[in-house]
Amino acid sequence: MKDELSITGATGEALPHDSAIKHVTGKAEYTDDIREPAGTLHAYLGLSTIAHGKIEALDLSAVKTAPGVIDVIGPADVPADNDCSANGMHDEPIFAETVEFLGQPIFAVVAESRDQARRAAQLAEVKYTELPHATNVMAAREAGYPNVTSPLKLERGDITAMEAAPHRLKGTMVVGGQDHFYLEGQIALAVPGEDEDVVINTSTQHPSEVQHVVAHALGVPSHSVVVNVRRMGGGFGGKETQMNLFCCVAAIAAKKLNRPVKLRPDRDDDMTATGKRHDFVVEYEVGFDDEGRIVAVEGDYFARCGFCSDLSGPVTDRALFHADNAYFYPNVLLRSHPLKTNTVSNTAFRGFGGPQGLIAAERMVEEIAYYLKRDPLEIRKLNFYGGEGRDLTPYHQTVEDNILDRITDELAESASYKERREAVIAWNARGGVIRKGIALTPVKFGISFTATWFNQAGALIHIYADGSIHLNHGGTEMGQGLYTKVAQVVADALQVDAGLVKITKTTTEKVPNTSATAASSGSDLNGMAAKDACDQLIARLRAFAVEKYGIAPEDFRLYANRVHLGDTVVEWDAFIREAYMARVQLSAAGFYKTPKIHWDRESGKGRPFYYFAYGAALSEVSVDTLTGEYRVDRTDILHDVGRSLNPAIDKGQVEGAFIQGMGWLTTEELWWDDKGRLRTHAPSTYKIPLASDRPRVFNVALADWAENREPTIKRSKAVGEPPFMLAVSVLEALGMAVASVADYAECPRLDTPATPERVLMAVERLRGTR
Amino acid sequence: MQTTLSINGTEHRLDLDTRVTLLDALRDHLGLCGSKKGCDHGQCGACTVLVGGRRINACLTLAVMHDGDEITTVEGLAEGADGGLSPLQRAFITHDGFQCGYCTPGQLCSATGMLGELAEGWPSHASADLDGNYELSQEELSERMSGNICRCSCYPGINAAIRDAAGAEGRK
Repeated sequence: MKDELSITGATGEALPHDSAIKHVTGKAEYTDDIREPAGTLHAYLGLSTIAHGKIEALDLSAVKTAPGVIDVIGPADVPADNDCSANGMHDEPIFAETVEFLGQPIFAVVAESRDQARRAAQLAEVKYTELPHATNVMAAREAGYPNVTSPLKLERGDITAMEAAPHRLKGTMVVGGQDHFYLEGQIALAVPGEDEDVVINTSTQHPSEVQHVVAHALGVPSHSVVVNVRRMGGGFGGKETQMNLFCCVAAIAAKKLNRPVKLRPDRDDDMTATGKRHDFVVEYEVGFDDEGRIVAVEGDYFARCGFCSDLSGPVTDRALFHADNAYFYPNVLLRSHPLKTNTVSNTAFRGFGGPQGLIAAERMVEEIAYYLKRDPLEIRKLNFYGGEGRDLTPYHQTVEDNILDRITDELAESASYKERREAVIAWNARGGVIRKGIALTPVKFGISFTATWFNQAGALIHIYADGSIHLNHGGTEMGQGLYTKVAQVVADALQVDAGLVKITKTTTEKVPNTSATAASSGSDLNGMAAKDACDQLIARLRAFAVEKYGIAPEDFRLYANRVHLGDTVVEWDAFIREAYMARVQLSAAGFYKTPKIHWDRESGKGRPFYYFAYGAALSEVSVDTLTGEYRVDRTDILHDVGRSLNPAIDKGQVEGAFIQGMGWLTTEELWWDDKGRLRTHAPSTYKIPLASDRPRVFNVALADWAENREPTIKRSKAVGEPPFMLAVSVLEALGMAVASVADYAECPRLDTPATPERVLMAVERLRGTR
Repeated sequence: MQTTLSINGTEHRLDLDTRVTLLDALRDHLGLCGSKKGCDHGQCGACTVLVGGRRINACLTLAVMHDGDEITTVEGLAEGADGGLSPLQRAFITHDGFQCGYCTPGQLCSATGMLGELAEGWPSHASADLDGNYELSQEELSERMSGNICRCSCYPGINAAIRDAAGAEGRK
C-alpha cells in the first residue's frame, strides 16, 4: 500500500534505474534498435592501411560496382568543410587526403545493406607515398614531433628548493592507455528532411557538439540539424567527441542521396578508428626530508595524443591538475607535453588525464616509502593537504574541503589495515612462491570542467493539464543513472511520485547549447537546472494559489502528491487542472551555471574546481612469482559522494569505476606494431575485466556522513570519475608483492598496465638486484 | 532458404540467405532487438540466447542451422501468461545488475542457461571435482558467467542477482 505521507523516488532514495524493467526485458531501445525508415541505406568507412603518407591514387571503381552499392562519398562530397574537429582547430578531416594514422577514414561507401557496404569498402585500390611515422611518445620525441596543442606549465613556490632537499629521487613512469570498449559501438542514423534539415539519432555524450559539427560540415545553420540520444550502451568518454565523424558521414550521405543512412562500424574498425585514453610517460623528481615530507616536485608529462588535438589540451591539463593527487607540494614545477603521433587521436576517458597524473604522484610516494623503509600509508598521510600553509595546489586553488584524514583513518580501521599489513609481511617472510601485497591509496578529484564555459546546463519541464510531468535536460544517459537522479530531483521539488515524471530523450530541439555529459558533472549541472525550472513552476503555482484561495504565500505547500492551501488540501492533478483553467503557464526552462570557478591558463592560477570528491581504497593481492599471475583477494572502499542523490546508483558507479580502473592498470594492454597497426582491436586480444577478475571480497561503502560544503544539488557530489582511481590501490599492492622478493629494499617501479608478463619481469629484475 | 524458427513460443517462417547469423535473423528480419550485437565475434556475450535451453552466442551460429529449434531470447524470459518478470529478471532490478543495460539481455539469457547447466551437474573450470554436485560459489558463478562481459563492471550486482534468484528458485 502506498504511503500517503511521502512520495516514491525522492532524492536520497535507492530508486532503481529508470530503464530497469526495459533493460531486463530487452525493450530498452538503443540507436541500432530504432526501426529503420523505409529506404534506409547503410554506409561503411574505408580506412587507411598505412600510418603516415600521401594518397597518390585512389581507385574506387571496384567499390562502386560492387553489389548493392549506391554511392561512394569522399572529400569532394562534403558540402562545406571537410572537418569534424571538436575544438575549432581544424585538424581532423572527415575524409583524409593525407594519411596521419593507420585506420584513418578516407572514403565511405553507401549500399543497400550493411553487409554489402562492408564488403565493398574492402575493394578500394589505394596507392600511397609513405612518409616516416612515429607512433609513440619516445619515437615522437626522437623525431622532434610537435605538440598538437599548447602545453601547460604549473608552478608554485621555488623549484630550486629541490637542490637543498635532504633526499632526491628521479624516475620515469610509463602509464598505459585504455580502450573504452563501450559495449554498444559508435552509431549514427541520419534521416534527411525538407529544406536543409537532417535528424540524427545517435549515441553521443555531446549532442550539441554533433549538431554544430554536422552543421559546419554541411554548411547549414545549427537550427537545421537535430540530434537525438535516448540512451547509450556505455560511453566512458569514448562518445564525447568520437561520434562527430560517424554523424557527419551519415548526414552527408543522407543529404546527398536524400535517403536515411545508417553507419555503424564493426568492433575491430571501431577500436582501430576511434580514440582512447592517452598513455603517458612521466619523468619526475621528488625531493623530501628524513621524515618523508615532500619538499619539491618537478615533473614532465608526455602524452601520446595521436594525429590531432581533439581533447588532448584539456586532458593533459587535467593530468597536471591531478599530479598532486592528495598531497601538498611546497615547491613544484609541472609541464605537460601533448605530443603529436601517427596514431588515432586519443580522447576523453573517465578521469580525463586525471588518473595518469594521479598515478605518478602515487609512484613518487612509493619511491619515498621504499627509500625510507616506511609504510607507504604513513608517507601518504604525512603529505596530505591540511594544516597551516599546506593547503594550496600547484594551480593556486586552496583546498578547503579535505576529508581524507577521516576517510583513510576510518577505512584503515574498518578494514584492519595495520594487522593485515603485518600479516602480509609475515606471509612474505616465509619466502614462498606466492607473495602478497597490500596498499591503501587515496583519491582527491577536482569537479568542474576546466573549460569554465562548459559549466552550464539547461532543463525543460512541462506539466500537462492532467498533472503528468515531462522532463527534459541537456544531459545524456549512458547507464550512469543521470536520468533517474534528475527525475528524483524533480519529484522531490514538486513533491510527486517519480513515476509521474516522464524522462524524455536528450535532444537539441528542447535544450540548446548543452555541454558534454562528462567530467562527472551530469547531475551537478542538470539536477540544478531542473530544480531551477521546478522553482519557477512552484512560484507560478503559489501566486495562483494566493490569488484564488486568498491564502498567504507561506501557506502554500507541495507535499506528498498533494497541494496544501492553508487548511485546504487538494490532489496534485486537480490543482494542476485548476491552474491550467486559470491560464497559468505550466512549462519552464531552467538554467544553471556553476558559481565561484575561474581559471587563467596563461598564469596557471585560479579556481578551476568548484569542489573536490574524495575516496580511499584498500586492496590485497596474491602474486605467483613464477608466472606473474595474480588475483585481488580483497578490496575495501570508502568513498565520498556528498549526500547521495541515489545510494544504489552511486554504489554501482563506485564498484564499476573501481573494476574498470583495475582493467586499465592490469589486463588492458593496447599494442601497436611497428607499422602503426593496432593489434589489440577486439576482445580476443584486448582483455577487459570479467566477473572472475572482480576482487574475491569486495566491500564498498559510501561515506554516509559526508556532505558537500558547497550548495550543490542536495549537497551531493559527482561520482562518475573519482572512484576510477581507487584502483591504484591494486597496482601498489602488486608492487609490494613484487618488492617482497628483494626484501622491500627497492621501489618496484611497476609500469602500467601491470600485466602478469610485466609483473614477472619486475620480479626477475628485483631478484637480479639481490 | 526456407527456415522455421520457434522463438519464444511463436513460429516464424523465414526465407534467409544461408550466411545470415541467428543474431541478424532476430534483429534485422524479425525485429527482435533485445539481443545485442556487441562484438560480432562471440567474445562479449551480448547476443547470448537459449536454443533448446542451452545458451549460445547468436552471432556465431547461422539461422538456417536452427530450423525447427526452440529459441528463447530476452523477450521471452518473462514467465506466465501475464508476462510477469522471472525471478532472475526481478533480481537484476533488485540488485542493480546493470548500468547501461547493453549486456543485460545476454547476461540474463546466459544466467538462465547457466543455472540449468548447474542443476544438471555440468562441471566448470572452477569445479574441484566431477561429481556433478556443485554449489553456486562466487568462483563457480564468476567462471560460469565469464563469457558475458559488462564494461560498466556491474559484476557485484550481477553476481548478487544470480545468487539471489538461484536461491529464490529453490535450488540447487
